[in-house]
Amino acid sequence: MKIHEYQAKNLFRKNGIPVLGGIACFSVKEAVEASIKLGGEIWAVKAQIHAGGRGKGGGVKIAKSLNDVKDHAEEILGMKLVTHQTDKNGQVVRRLFIEQGASIQKEFYVGMLVDRSSQRVCLMASSEGGMNIEDVANKTPEKINKVLIDPIEGLTNEDIKKVSQIISFPQCDLSEITTLLQNLYKLFNSTDASLVEINPLILTTANHFLALDAKMSFDDNSLFRHSEIEVLRDLDEEDPLVTKASKYDLSYVPLDGNIGCLVNGAGLAMATMDIIKLYGGNPANFLDVGGGATTEKVTEAFKIMLSNANLRAILVNIFGGIMRCDVIASGVVKAAREVKLTLPLVVRLEGTNADLGKRILTESGLEIISANSMDDAARNVVTAAS
Amino acid sequence: MAILINKDTRVMTQGVTGKTGQFHTKSCIEYANGKNCFVAGVNPKRPGEHFENIPIFATVKEAKQATGATVSVIYVPPPFAASAIDEAVDAELDLVICITEGIPVSDMIRTRYKMHGHKTLLIGPNCPGIITPDEIKIGIMPGHIHKKGRIGVVSRSGTLTYEAVAQLMEQGLGQSTCIGIGGDPINGLKHLDVMRMFNEDNDTDAVLMVGEIGGSDEEECAAWIKSNMTKPVVGFIAGVTAPAGKRMGHAGAIISGGKGTAQEKIATMEECEIKITRNPAEMGKLLKSVLR
Repeated sequence: MKIHEYQAKNLFRKNGIPVLGGIACFSVKEAVEASIKLGGEIWAVKAQIHAGGRGKGGGVKIAKSLNDVKDHAEEILGMKLVTHQTDKNGQVVRRLFIEQGASIQKEFYVGMLVDRSSQRVCLMASSEGGMNIEDVANKTPEKINKVLIDPIEGLTNEDIKKVSQIISFPQCDLSEITTLLQNLYKLFNSTDASLVEINPLILTTANHFLALDAKMSFDDNSLFRHSEIEVLRDLDEEDPLVTKASKYDLSYVPLDGNIGCLVNGAGLAMATMDIIKLYGGNPANFLDVGGGATTEKVTEAFKIMLSNANLRAILVNIFGGIMRCDVIASGVVKAAREVKLTLPLVVRLEGTNADLGKRILTESGLEIISANSMDDAARNVVTAAS
Repeated sequence: MAILINKDTRVMTQGVTGKTGQFHTKSCIEYANGKNCFVAGVNPKRPGEHFENIPIFATVKEAKQATGATVSVIYVPPPFAASAIDEAVDAELDLVICITEGIPVSDMIRTRYKMHGHKTLLIGPNCPGIITPDEIKIGIMPGHIHKKGRIGVVSRSGTLTYEAVAQLMEQGLGQSTCIGIGGDPINGLKHLDVMRMFNEDNDTDAVLMVGEIGGSDEEECAAWIKSNMTKPVVGFIAGVTAPAGKRMGHAGAIISGGKGTAQEKIATMEECEIKITRNPAEMGKLLKSVLR
């Protein structure tokens, strides 16, 4: 689960990671009032969406007067912000963050994430603050320093010394950055975060460290024990179909194509998309109905797929293990009737009670193309969609 | 003698009294030698009771002492599953298979850290389990689609593994052992660990390796295969069409920071001279084609 910059900065503030004064706003009026309240002569007007690259997309503007604040807020609120992390249609800006200005001496990058091969949390730091860290990793990997954090000992002074040497924090005493990074790790741990990034972390002209940006996301598996994080969820930032699917325990990811896929199991669902592509078709979605699909779940899965106006055909690919094919077949028949399906439907059933399932499909009288293998199913659905 | 488990393995079930634990323990007992293999259940609140004639103990340690079970399978719900693994590790079992999906990542980081220096091996979590066909199955896979044979199967997925097995059967090829190592980002045995075991197993002639997007396990395994493997290996990687930054069902199936793409994995595996099919319907055929 992702949160907004201003929400992450609230967590930073509460946990001893220095940030500038800032106020979240939902209207132009609120933005101007916030600027007056914050005081000063310069403000940043920042779009709040769950995607990086906001500055480049025109979602972050500097205001040097209250009139500027008003103009920028009018321009940014409601805009469809397109960045390298959004889709081509962009994301509508519904929230703003008005923040005080800062005088920057130097910019750094700091991030923490779970490193899969070492099975530890990794602290990454770089002298190249403000840049896209993936580009830095590709072009100048020597400018990124990594430390793997011992899960019992935590982030030690020794770790921080190591990081600081390589990215050469200027000759300020290390205690400020040590406290900041240790607090950041404590926050990461205590909230079950999966990623935290400060890009840039700045050294001000007054020689203090500040988080100028903040990005956090959290381990979905841990949300059950973090109601304080769960309340930060912004459903406007999530695809309503994905949200709806998750309510039914369906794992759904929309794609650009026109062939809907309904599959049991994540690996088989990906493989089904891959084989459709291999035969010249384009999958419209990833949809894993999981191990315990009921008729209700299958019906909802059909409705979710059919919300996509581009859809031309549907492929149901089921390998019955614990899930019996006859149960799935009944679900498919009921769902097809309920949604009055007119699109071509190809169904492939294999495994437990496959024959019984196929008979249910045939006897339903519905126009269902029954396939005998994954290969057969993919060829049929690609033909049907073209 | 296949790898890790056979008809003489003795197993306890942690979480035996839950709905999932009951259902699958019953189906494992009914498979091949399961009746003799499954000897204990663990539930701290119900020691002294029985499930399907299997005695239930309060702790893993007691179950091990009383029955000689050296392997455990876990169906405990996600909030408590990592502690269940810890308990099995502390009791020095040989092998733990954790089926549970949805365990917090930080719990698994701590559990894996604590496992250093212990002999216990871990399969999973978020996995279908392990089967040595016609001898024993420990997990949730449909036993009836398998048959004893000489092909090893290792995969991060559940149903895609069943698909692979069905394709092998169509080619008339049985399996020595099939292992689902799980779809989580922090797990126990990896492709590489399992590949080493298959390489040393006299009952395995060739290996089918099924991978997917996310992480770099497949690449690490490929490099090892190139310089060490004496048996043919073929592979399939799921997720060529998966978009970056989206989690594809499995917690670990995600392309993050441009890393962990299927294309990258396929390229590395091919550089390591492993035959890969782009067609998930041809895994069985490809395996058959490399048999000597």
